[in-house]
Amino acid sequence: MIDAHRQAFKEEAYELVAELETSLLALEEVPDDKETIGRVFRAMHTIKGSGAMFGFEDIAAFTHEVETVFDLVRNDKIPVTKQLINLTLSARDQIKAMLDSSDSGSPVDDSAAAALILELKKLLPQTGEDDFTPVSATKAPFQPQGNLLTYRIRFKPAPDIFMSGTDPLKLIAELSDLGACRPIAQLSGIPVLEEFQPESCYVHWDIILTTARGKDAIEDVFIFVADDCEVVCDVIDDGSIETEGDYKKLGEILVERGDISREDMDKVLSMQKRFGELAVATGLAKPDDVQSALVEQQCVKEVRQERQVQQADSGTSIRVPADKLDALVNLVGELVTVQARLSQTAMSKRDAELVNIAEEVERLSAELRDNALNIRMLPIGTTFSKFKRLVRDLSNELGKEIEMTTEGAETELDKTVIERLNDPLVHLIRNSIDHGIESPAERISAGKPSQGTVHLAAVHSGDSVLISITDDGAGLDRDAIRAKAVEKGLIQATAELSDKEIYAQIFAPGFSTAKQITSVSGRGVGMDVVKRAIDALRGTIDINSTRGVGTTITVKIPLTLAIIESLLVKIGADCFVLPLSLVNECVELTREQVEDSHGRNLANVRGHLIPYVPLREQFGITGTPPAIQQIVITEVNGLRVGFVVDNVIGEHQTVIKSLGRAYKNVEGVSGATILGDGSVALILDIPHLMRGAEMSERA
Amino acid sequence: MGKIIMTVDDSASVRQMVSFTLKQNGYDVVEAVDGKDGLQKLSSSKVDMIITDLNMPNLDGIGLIKGARALPACKFIPIVMLTTESQDSKKAEGKAAGATGWIVKPFKPEQLITVVKKVLG
Repeated sequence: MIDAHRQAFKEEAYELVAELETSLLALEEVPDDKETIGRVFRAMHTIKGSGAMFGFEDIAAFTHEVETVFDLVRNDKIPVTKQLINLTLSARDQIKAMLDSSDSGSPVDDSAAAALILELKKLLPQTGEDDFTPVSATKAPFQPQGNLLTYRIRFKPAPDIFMSGTDPLKLIAELSDLGACRPIAQLSGIPVLEEFQPESCYVHWDIILTTARGKDAIEDVFIFVADDCEVVCDVIDDGSIETEGDYKKLGEILVERGDISREDMDKVLSMQKRFGELAVATGLAKPDDVQSALVEQQCVKEVRQERQVQQADSGTSIRVPADKLDALVNLVGELVTVQARLSQTAMSKRDAELVNIAEEVERLSAELRDNALNIRMLPIGTTFSKFKRLVRDLSNELGKEIEMTTEGAETELDKTVIERLNDPLVHLIRNSIDHGIESPAERISAGKPSQGTVHLAAVHSGDSVLISITDDGAGLDRDAIRAKAVEKGLIQATAELSDKEIYAQIFAPGFSTAKQITSVSGRGVGMDVVKRAIDALRGTIDINSTRGVGTTITVKIPLTLAIIESLLVKIGADCFVLPLSLVNECVELTREQVEDSHGRNLANVRGHLIPYVPLREQFGITGTPPAIQQIVITEVNGLRVGFVVDNVIGEHQTVIKSLGRAYKNVEGVSGATILGDGSVALILDIPHLMRGAEMSERA
Repeated sequence: MGKIIMTVDDSASVRQMVSFTLKQNGYDVVEAVDGKDGLQKLSSSKVDMIITDLNMPNLDGIGLIKGARALPACKFIPIVMLTTESQDSKKAEGKAAGATGWIVKPFKPEQLITVVKKVLG
C-alpha cells in the first residue's frame, strides 16, 4: 500500500518536474509573468509537500530551499534574472536525478545539491536569513508528569466563532479527555432577545481542569482558536503535597482573575459579611463570576483532599477478612431496625427528651450505616482486567479483531454485588463479541475499521451504578428478533411493539436468532440467565441498538444489597415494601374508575393506559378494599406497571433479611424486613410480579 | 453512516494519501482537483468537512473557503487547510476567510486523523 502511494507520487513528481522545466523556459521569455511564476512555485510546492509525506525527505529538503527563493520572487522581493533561471533549471535537474536514484539505488551527488543551495542563497536579500523550524499543529503533546496539576482556563470565544466552523463545546469535550474537567458556562453576555444573533456565541467558559498533562496539551486543544479567542490558562494547584491549609479565599480568586480589583475587594471585606453575596449585591462582581470562582475553590479543595487521602492510604490500610465486614454490616442493619423502633416509640410517648435522643441516634446510625457499607465497597476495575483477557482469547478464537476499552474502573460497588455481577457481564461481553462485532472482512465492506471495539464503562448514578457494554458491531436485527419471538409464541404476530419491547424479547428463555451455534454462544441459554441474575441483584437491563452502528446494553445495579430505600405500603393489616428505585409515581384508584374499566385492569394516567395488578387479589388477602385505593406505578426496563394497594405509608430505610430456607422459593417476594414496631413486611419482587401479570394477560 | 469529507488538492498523490487515510478510519471521501471543482461538487453533494490545499490552479484554497462559507450547507462545517511552514501569512488569510484550522505539510496520516477527530468531534 505504501509502495502504491510512493509510485503514485513519483509518477506525479516526474510530471511536475517536466512542468517545472516548461514553466521556467516560458519565464525566461517573459520574466515578470505572474501566472508563470505561480506555476513554478506550485510545482515545487507540491513536490516538497508530498515528497516528505511519502518518504522522499531529501527531495523535500532540497526543493524547500529552491521554493524559498521563488516565494520571494512571487512576492516581488527579488527579480527574475537569467542567473536565477539557470540555477533553478539545474535544481530541477537535480530533483529529477534524485527521483531517478530512488529507483536505481545509485547515490546522487550530494555536493552538487549543496553547491546549488549555496548559489541560490546568495540571491536571497541579506536581511532575511530565514530560519525555518517546522512547526506541526499536531505534535505529540503527551508529557507524562507524576503530579496532577489543576488549571483554571478562561475561554472566551470570539462572537463569530461558529463562522469558522468551530464548535466550542467540542473543545471543552476535548479538554475533558485530558482529565477531570469542570466547565462553568458564563451566561452574563447573552443579550435580550431583540438583540440576539442566533449565529453568534455569547457564552464564555471558566473551566477547572485537573490533569497530569502539561500546559502544552491544553494549548494544543485551543491551537486553532488561540488567535481569535481569549484563552487564559493558569495553574491554580501544582499538585505538591506540601500545600498546606485551605485554598484561597473567594475574593482573592476574583482579584487574581481580574474580575474585580483589589481595592474593591478590600472595600467589600471591610463590610464583614459573606464575600460572595456582598460582591454581587454591591454590583462589583457578576453572579456568574462569583459562582465560577466558588466552583474553582471547591475543585481545588477536593483535589487536595483526595491527595491527602491517597497519602494516608499508602500508610495505614489493613486487611480484614470479608466475613468480619459482613458481620459488621449485619449488626448495623439490626441497629437501624432498633433505631426505627426507638424513633416510633419516642414519637408516640410524646416525651421531648426521648425524641431528642432518638433523633440523635437516628443521625448517628445513618452515618454508621453509610460508613459500614462504604467499607465493603470495591472498585469495579478488578473485574475489568479479567474481561480484557476474555476479549483477547475470544476474539482470537473467532478470528475477529477486537479492542476492549474501559472507563470508570474506579467506580465502587458492594463487594458481593461485584462478585455476582461477574457471570452476567461475561455473558453480555461474549454476546457482543460473537453476535455484535462482525468479521474483519464484513466490517471493511461496511466501511468500518477492521478492528471492532467493545467499550465497558461504569458510572455512578444516584444510588445505583450504571454499567454499559457498547460495541460498534452490526446492531440488533429488529425483524429477525420479532420473527423469532412470533415463532416462539412470545408475542402476537400483529402486536405493535416499540424497538425496546422487541429487543427485550432476547431475554426470553430459549431465545436465539444466531443461525449457527458457535462454541461461544447461540444456544439461547444465556440472556435469560443474565436477566435473572440482574433481577436478583434488583437491577435492570436496558438495550439500545442501531442497525449497522452498534449496540449498547446498560445494566443498572443498586449500590448495595444490604439496605435499600423503599416505599412502605399497606394492604389490609399487612405491610409491604417496594424498592424505591423502581417506583415512578403513585396515583389514586377510585371505585368508579374500576367499574368504568369493565373488568380490565387498566388505569388511565394522563392519557397513558397503564396495566395494574391488584395485590389484594394476587396475595389472597381477605376483607374489602377502601373506596379510594392507591396505585404505585413502577417501571422496569421501560415497562410501566401499577400495583394496587390500600394505603401508601411513605419512604422507609429497609434492611433486607432473607426469607430463610423454607420460604426461599416463594414467588413474588424477594425478602423481608422488620419494621419499627417489630412487625415483618415482605419485600415485593417487582420484576417477577410484572412477568406474572404479563403471562396472565396473554393467557 | 460515515461522515463525508471532501479533500481538495491539485496533487493526485496527496489526494490519494488523504483519501486512503480517511477511508481507513471509516470516513467517506469526495475528491476535488481544485477550488473550482470543489465548489461545484459542494453545490451538489452534502459534506461534513473540507480539507483543502491552498495553492491550486483555477481557484485557490482561500477562494474555495470563501465560496464554501457562502453556501448555507457549508456555513458552519469545519474546513481545514493544508499549509507549509513558510505560509504564515496565508494561514492568517485562510483564517480570515473562515477556515477552522490547518495542518502543516508535510504531515503523517496519524496527524491528519488527529486533526479530523479534533474538529469533527
